[in-house]
Amino acid sequence: MTGFKRSSWITLATMVGLLILPPVFFWTGNAFYLDLATRLVILGIAATSLNLVLGYGGLISFGHAAYIGIGAYAVGIPVYHEFYGGFESVASTNGLFQIGMAVVISALFALITGAISLRTKGVYFIMITMAFAQMAYYLFISLDEYGGDDGLVIEVRSELPLINLDNPIQLYLVCWVSLAAAMLIVRTIIHSRFGMVLQGAKGNNERMVTLGYNTYLYRLVAYVISGAMAGFAGALMGNFSSFISPEMMAWSRSGELMFMVILGGSATTLGPVLGSMVFIVVEEVLSSFTIYWHLPFGLMLIGIVLYVRGGLMGLFKGKGD
Amino acid sequence: MRTTSTATRLTARCNRASGLETCGRGFASGHVCNSPGFFDLDYALLFTQTLNGLQLGLLLFLVASGLSLVFGILDFVNLAHGSLYMLGAFICASLTFLLGNFLWAVLLALPLTGVIGYVVERTIARALYTRDHLDQVLGTFGLILVIDTLTHLIWGPEGIAIPLPAWLDSQVTLAEGLVVPTYRLLIISTGLAAAGGLFWLVNYTRLGMLIRAGASNRTMVSALGIDIQTLFALVFALGAMLAGLAGMLVSPITEASIGMGNNIIITAFVVIIVGGIGSMKGAFVGALVIGLIDTLGRSFIDDFFKLFMSSDAAETSAPAVSAMLIYIIMAAILAVRPQGLFPPKVR
Amino acid sequence: MKRLLTAALAATMLTTPALSAEVKVGFVTTLTTGAAVIGNDMKNAVDLAIEHMGGKMGDLDLTVIYGDDGFKPETGKQATDKLVKQDDVDFVAGFIWSHVLLASRKSALDAGKFLISSNAGPSPVAGKLCHENFFSTSWQNDQTPMALGEVLNQNGVKSLYVMAPNYAAGKNMVAGVERTFKGKILGKDLTKWGADAQLDFSAELAKAKASGAEGLFVFYPGAAGGAFIKQYQQAGLKDTLPLYTVFTVDGLALPKLQKANFESVLGSRTTGHWAPSMDNPQNNRFVADFKAKYGQYPSNYAAQSYDAMFLIKSAVEAVGGDLSDQAAVRAALEAANYDSVRGSYTYGSNHMPVQNFYLLEVVADADGVWTLDVVSTVFENHVDSYAADCAMQ
Repeated sequence: MTGFKRSSWITLATMVGLLILPPVFFWTGNAFYLDLATRLVILGIAATSLNLVLGYGGLISFGHAAYIGIGAYAVGIPVYHEFYGGFESVASTNGLFQIGMAVVISALFALITGAISLRTKGVYFIMITMAFAQMAYYLFISLDEYGGDDGLVIEVRSELPLINLDNPIQLYLVCWVSLAAAMLIVRTIIHSRFGMVLQGAKGNNERMVTLGYNTYLYRLVAYVISGAMAGFAGALMGNFSSFISPEMMAWSRSGELMFMVILGGSATTLGPVLGSMVFIVVEEVLSSFTIYWHLPFGLMLIGIVLYVRGGLMGLFKGKGD
Repeated sequence: MRTTSTATRLTARCNRASGLETCGRGFASGHVCNSPGFFDLDYALLFTQTLNGLQLGLLLFLVASGLSLVFGILDFVNLAHGSLYMLGAFICASLTFLLGNFLWAVLLALPLTGVIGYVVERTIARALYTRDHLDQVLGTFGLILVIDTLTHLIWGPEGIAIPLPAWLDSQVTLAEGLVVPTYRLLIISTGLAAAGGLFWLVNYTRLGMLIRAGASNRTMVSALGIDIQTLFALVFALGAMLAGLAGMLVSPITEASIGMGNNIIITAFVVIIVGGIGSMKGAFVGALVIGLIDTLGRSFIDDFFKLFMSSDAAETSAPAVSAMLIYIIMAAILAVRPQGLFPPKVR
Repeated sequence: MKRLLTAALAATMLTTPALSAEVKVGFVTTLTTGAAVIGNDMKNAVDLAIEHMGGKMGDLDLTVIYGDDGFKPETGKQATDKLVKQDDVDFVAGFIWSHVLLASRKSALDAGKFLISSNAGPSPVAGKLCHENFFSTSWQNDQTPMALGEVLNQNGVKSLYVMAPNYAAGKNMVAGVERTFKGKILGKDLTKWGADAQLDFSAELAKAKASGAEGLFVFYPGAAGGAFIKQYQQAGLKDTLPLYTVFTVDGLALPKLQKANFESVLGSRTTGHWAPSMDNPQNNRFVADFKAKYGQYPSNYAAQSYDAMFLIKSAVEAVGGDLSDQAAVRAALEAANYDSVRGSYTYGSNHMPVQNFYLLEVVADADGVWTLDVVSTVFENHVDSYAADCAMQ
């Protein structure tokens, strides 16, 4: 444990704080802050997944919100059929089944769209990932059965063994554990040989290719893992908000996710979580003061893009980090 | 009276085809009618929809051309381009009420929008030129929020309905059964005129030569001693004016409203990707193609699907497919020919 | 209404016990985006109601906290969650949009709060999802178009082309007119709705004209209504395809339409449960004071919101300010024992109003200002079509 970097201490402290404080808020009668924390943690998972391809991989995916939506619908649709009949093979309130579906379908969507998108680069990659997300968005809008634009209200949350997701504290702990796991997974990937190739491709793709690595495949695998993780976050989000709509997949949501990664510090473990924290808290505080909160919020976005390089983690990095 | 003759033609077809009761174009819901089938086209409807598609395409061209210029020459991804479209509409609306005349308002609002474009360029865009595309996307995303809220603060949350003079508010009869609102024809002719003007500018003036050179090889242009700063500012202002013009043209139909730029910007990006970034010709062709496919798709896809699908399946899937259509096309083109249909020649 | 958020989170960790001398009402409506024109009208009506009540309901001090739904179900749900969990309101009211209400109702009802809808009336809340703590001061979505369908029958219209936005209320409006209209529906277009709603109806208007229908039925609330009327006029359809609307030409659209000189709406007809010209003391005071304070006629959204406040007041006063006895509050709400601006009405078993529906016409009043006036009664004491589906009988 020697030479624990400063950034690691900050990461540890933040995660411990996230573990303890929100339940304390709940027990002292401020249930609303536990809700905020739950949403923040879930978006943190999605941002962490995006960081894998965007921060470490250099792939600017402008369509990651689609996976959140797919994951959420993977929870909502089975519950809907369980209550209202039809589509027997899918009707279920079993959480493991729903989460499994969320991960598998998101991974499949990532595989197909990634296979096509990764053949492009630069701004074309940005646009094509956005196009695929828009397609998913319009697809779900057109599904009248599941409410379309009106959205889908879930009657009950996923049923998991031993855990009762209706209990806000238990739901929050599930989310927190998932976030910790997601961060560990990304960290492990990055420090592995696979991760090295990925980061090398971000720096100089031609060089990696001449070294004999099929960077396309490496990137595709990373993209699929990222999509699956974001789908998992979506399943949690569906449970938490009990309301699922195509809006979750809108391109502005993808933009917000990208922003969280950049704000917190891309290519760091804690960065996406910090970004999510700041985003949610600032949004909440500003909107309490005025309905015109988008103005200071937008100015803040612009200011951060212009003046804060390396995000918030960049501010925290000490010497030798 | 003309519409009656069209209707009689249709009902006669329906009658002959089925021997059942007449029921118009066969979009019957819950009422039995032997649908006339895809090939019994209502040519008047097809013509009107093509005209509508042309109109949408030309408006898209106005927005996309500015975007393509800025992207091609300045290498700047400007999500807030749609906000300039919106500002043009609002400024024109206020001027129309102030001056009492729509056309004068447009003429005055154009340079005003150009000035706003110039200000945006100097303050925010300039700081982002050297940054990567991701920073530009995020920065201009923030700018959209700022401009939308400022618009809310200045003009209020409602949209503004722009009154047109009586001669623009009527219809023109092109032929038996073909009645078209005059204003739509104005949009089409203005769009074509603007396209012509741009074409002349880009191909026959010195500024146009600099623009084409900059799209091809920016560094070289700068190395040749051209004042790149002024060129960039001019291009940005020009793009803003074009987008503003589109907003001004569309708002008498649909109202100037907050956030009106936010979905046209996505369609504009689709257009320039399809057409080729930095190319005016590409923007023109791309815009017309997208505009026509979108409009005709919305109108005729359900009929087309009914040819080989059950009526219910067609009615459920048609809205989805018609909304997704332009993205499917963009993805297909990107997969096959990533540089677009008419990319500028890069050295 | 601005709310102060204490900067130090620590300070907010202290819970505030519910002050028994206070009643809190959370009002969710649209305060941003282009649809805020409706939300502001409702807010104005609520502010006027607070003024007329002197800031009190019975002996309790009244606090109204506004929440913004941003025209999106998800945002509305979050606003409702906040009102219920953080502000601990006693009543949740408001809701313009059916899809926002459907998304938010669980948050309010599961927390044991009373939910009063002052506009949205989607079929589920009147039928399968009816709830003992849910009340409406508006109507069920299908009822107004059902009245219009009846008017079309009375006028001998044989065929219709239908256009509406593609969301819960739009579908209800279409279902309503289809239920009573005896002629043929030649075509139906449900157009894109939401924050980036489709506002260019050229394609659909062309299809409507080509269908050869005798009439065009539309439902386009808010900004879309103005856009639609404009394009309808520009397409010159007034003589070939007469227009029948619900909630499209109303107190909010009329001032704009009058300013832009769309004379084609004068004389056009719609149906509804209320008009500014209705003659009873409560309505006379409401309309006169609203015009004096805000410079224009109130819309039906405003009237329904004003009524919601007085309904709550009547219940609070009936229980003598003791809000802890939920059963008593519920009984008081069910009695609807207050002066509504529409005249008196009763509640059905599903807590939807049983009321009259009228044929309304756009006229110019004595000062030349365009407004709606009652022509005749179409339905008397009308019960909505979903009451039988409600488990509470």
